[in-house]
Amino acid sequence: MDCENSEETAHPQSDGIPKSAGVKIVIVGGFGVGKTTMVGSVSEIRPLRTEETMTQAGVGIDDPAGVEQKTTTTVVLDFGRITVSREMVLYLFGAPGQERFWFLWKGLIEGALGAVVLVDTRRLEVSFDVMNRLEEQEVPFVVAINHFQDSPRHAIEDIRESLDLPESIPIVECDVRSRESSRDVLLELMGYLHSLTATQEAS
Amino acid sequence: MSGSRRVWEGQSPERLYVIAGGQRAAAETPLDLVTLIVARSEPRPGMQPEHLAILRLCSSPLSVVEIAAHLGLPVSVITVLLGDLLADGDVEARAPARVRRAQLPDIAIVETVMDGLRKL
Repeated sequence: MDCENSEETAHPQSDGIPKSAGVKIVIVGGFGVGKTTMVGSVSEIRPLRTEETMTQAGVGIDDPAGVEQKTTTTVVLDFGRITVSREMVLYLFGAPGQERFWFLWKGLIEGALGAVVLVDTRRLEVSFDVMNRLEEQEVPFVVAINHFQDSPRHAIEDIRESLDLPESIPIVECDVRSRESSRDVLLELMGYLHSLTATQEAS
Repeated sequence: MSGSRRVWEGQSPERLYVIAGGQRAAAETPLDLVTLIVARSEPRPGMQPEHLAILRLCSSPLSVVEIAAHLGLPVSVITVLLGDLLADGDVEARAPARVRRAQLPDIAIVETVMDGLRKL
């Protein structure tokens, strides 16, 4: 399974410690859409948080106007983990979708299995940029619509049309507060990846 | 963990530079956020506290990003500290089951994740 790294994992002292490898899935969406809630719903640990202090150069196009301390910005990254087998640990990252945070995606998207675009139907516009960006980066993704109590209910096909999303990309509804519902979104993504891989192998 | 986190809060970039012992040449294998780190030696007297803390945390495999979260230090600083420990053979790094850009993951990986998720 991990043949690519066999020379690194084969260590004379590693007997008795399960051979293991990490894999990543990134959950992308706008502020308040429920990324952190989703991570928390399925994570086997209380979600963890790491802070990066970015210099202004790293922040790039973020507008520091009106901020007194202009030299640094703190960026918070929330994540959780699921031990999927003795050999494999799945890490879930919540990543902000706004363009000014894309610099953050660099270490997240690289090497990720795929992404979940979490959509708030009240603010569809954030999702356009996110999906374009993922397509550019050639990262497979599924779209999950988180239902807030006051969010308007749209038919899936209406949303597909609004997002201009091809038929091939799955859209699912979910409640990110629910473990089962959030897990089903991840399964949808894995099912999608499975079908893409199977298609590729067949061709 | 939250105790140690508080100690490092409000740190200045200069302070982080000192913790990281200045910059070293980049590690041969770049560390991913989910590269798993395992301690390969026992903590020794005289080691830098941050190195000791990493060795203690990594008695069983722990990802780079988890180490950062537990120690309340940025990933960038943890990466430098891990570079020291890797250079001295104090820890082992297990590269993630990566997916190359524009390539699909190995189907065995997808199936393992699916099986694991179904058990949740």
